[in-house]
Amino acid sequence: MSVASPNGSFVRTEMLSPEAPPLAERGLVKWVRENLFSSVLNTILTLAGLAFVIYAIASALPWFLNGVWNAKDLKECRAIITASAGPEATGACWALIRERWHQFLFGFYPADLYWRPVLALGLLLISLAPLLYYGLRRANVMLVGIVSVATLIALALLDHDITHLLLFAAVFAALSALASVAPKRLIWLTLVFPLLAFFLLWGGSVWGPVGVAAGFVILALVYRLTKIALGVVVATGVGVVAAAVWWLMLQTSVTTALHALMPVGIPPVSSDQFGGFLLAFVIGVTAIGASLPIGILLALGRRSDMMLIKTLCVGFIEFVRGVPLITVLFTATLLLGYFLPPQSNFDVVLRVIILVTFFSAAYLAEVIRGGLAALPKGQSEAADALGLDYWQAQRLIIMPQALKVSIPGIVSSFIGLFKDTTLVAFVGLMDPLKGVTTIVRADVAWKGIYWEPYIFVGVIFFAVCFGMSRYSMYLEQKLKTDHR
Amino acid sequence: MAKTAIDRSKMQVSDEIAIQITGMNKWYGSFHVLRDINMTVNKGERIVICGPSGSGKSTLIRCINRLEEHQQGQIIVDGTELTSDLKNIDKVRSEVGMVFQHFNLFPHLTILENCTLAPIWVRKVPKREAEETAMHYLHKVKIPEQAHKYPGQLSGGQQQRVAIARSLCMKPRIMLFDEPTSALDPEMIKEVLDTMIQLAEEGMTMICVTHEMGFAQAVANRVVFMDQGQIVEQNAPKEFFSNPQSDRTKLFLSQILGH
Repeated sequence: MSVASPNGSFVRTEMLSPEAPPLAERGLVKWVRENLFSSVLNTILTLAGLAFVIYAIASALPWFLNGVWNAKDLKECRAIITASAGPEATGACWALIRERWHQFLFGFYPADLYWRPVLALGLLLISLAPLLYYGLRRANVMLVGIVSVATLIALALLDHDITHLLLFAAVFAALSALASVAPKRLIWLTLVFPLLAFFLLWGGSVWGPVGVAAGFVILALVYRLTKIALGVVVATGVGVVAAAVWWLMLQTSVTTALHALMPVGIPPVSSDQFGGFLLAFVIGVTAIGASLPIGILLALGRRSDMMLIKTLCVGFIEFVRGVPLITVLFTATLLLGYFLPPQSNFDVVLRVIILVTFFSAAYLAEVIRGGLAALPKGQSEAADALGLDYWQAQRLIIMPQALKVSIPGIVSSFIGLFKDTTLVAFVGLMDPLKGVTTIVRADVAWKGIYWEPYIFVGVIFFAVCFGMSRYSMYLEQKLKTDHR
Repeated sequence: MAKTAIDRSKMQVSDEIAIQITGMNKWYGSFHVLRDINMTVNKGERIVICGPSGSGKSTLIRCINRLEEHQQGQIIVDGTELTSDLKNIDKVRSEVGMVFQHFNLFPHLTILENCTLAPIWVRKVPKREAEETAMHYLHKVKIPEQAHKYPGQLSGGQQQRVAIARSLCMKPRIMLFDEPTSALDPEMIKEVLDTMIQLAEEGMTMICVTHEMGFAQAVANRVVFMDQGQIVEQNAPKEFFSNPQSDRTKLFLSQILGH
């Protein structure tokens, strides 16, 4: 109720209570009207789009519905389809995947050793848990539990020895228990995982990876002992030198001697036999994991006040970004051979991993530099004014914010890198897309098959990349604290 | 500004020198931004630096904790000379608190984490103890209930008070304020000034770059007027405002007090 008087003054005596919006302005009706039929053009586009979707489904659906899973070659496959759906019908021949799935997943990895890559994958996912969901008990337990069960089922299906299975079950049970008691402790698995995975996949003597790990222990010990006397920077340098001396000059003889004394190990597998998604994951995951820290250091170096460091970083980034990945891969496989001593047989997959890592690090450095540039200068000034030193400021103040801003760019780089691992086909490695598919399609039994292997490989790539993308969205949401 | 009664019992200036600046010059490229600065600040002094924009006030106090590097002359803070020696710089910075115009809180950390970060990492204080100290100072700036929120959820005045509490958590001997109220709404200026007055009453050595002349009159024991990178005039506030000596000061005061 209000009172209006002739002279234009107005007094409200009773406040209005809120009412529900009219029917056309809420729910589904509103959404459809605003998004699909808001104008004549939109209506036409909506109907045309609908027609296209119906047409596409109508033409592709029979092919999927007629799919055959049980056949020993393409001819038999086609015969089954003709028999069941008529002479004109087309259909997918998934029997190829059923027959050759192991090559798509493992390449020519020895069949009786499939348990090793499977175990490595299971441990990889578990060691990712503390990185992806640091300190979140529920998410850690869920992830570790599901991965443990899935890995054990996979290992059981690979028809493994019952005592080994029980051993694996015990390991996974222990890891699940750890995830539920102290999820942050899982980070220790993450730290040793690279060596563990190397040992599982490449096999050989256990002393090799132990020797590499010993180098890190030496580094840490030397740093601890000399830190007080020499200061942080010099102590780090001395530690690195000591570790390098160990790795380059002493490790081989010591580990050889140890192996002669106690020959513990598993059968070695040459990395020539790696292929399919095993290869894609080995290269992709290692390069992703290693390129992020290198990228961060390069980005910081590029913004450094120190002329030498800045020049080196800029030079590295610009050079690597200016060269196509294929060139880098050829360098890894062919050119490096000329520079290495003639008798050294430095693993080709390791060489590819190292160069792909540097390649990706250069891109990441620029993405992260973008994130650093987005931070107001006041942040580092406030950190300085509080007395934090350079590395503390970077770790506690600058990087958490810069990386958060860069998440979409970083994950895009990671997705690109993972898909680019298929390019190793050009240097003779067996990537899932070209390497394995070509081999499979060259088989007389499956000659002429086209869509099915590519769809299979494509679906797996999509699942992995989509997973990364969704995770990055989750992370952005979780880290959102600015309340804008 | 509200003329609340100020408790002057602890506001005593000691003979000990807190900051000594002699013959200091600074250039930005070829621009001579600070020219022959000589200034001594005793413990317990409350100094207000004012002057037109671009006169070098902020640059001067940023030199005191080495956010800016000076090229000539000497700055000694609490007995430590500022040179390129990183150890000295870190020592000075952990003893000198600074409050910025734009607060510069860390947006990815809660209020409590903002306050405990430096004590934990620089002073190596145990986490529990650092949190107790932080809550003590948050009580003091009257926002303990915001401890678990993020800076983005607070008003400007509250953020600036958190910034003050964050500095205090390092138990500094000297506090620098770089236009702490310039980015605030009039309503919020008072709450920040009240906090600063409270700090002055407790005998903190303070250097404030500010245009709040009411604050200067109430709290400062010395007002420093700067123009074109040099100190033009300094005096006790009463003298400074009632009887300015130089023409430049008179002009400045007539402009800011004129309306």
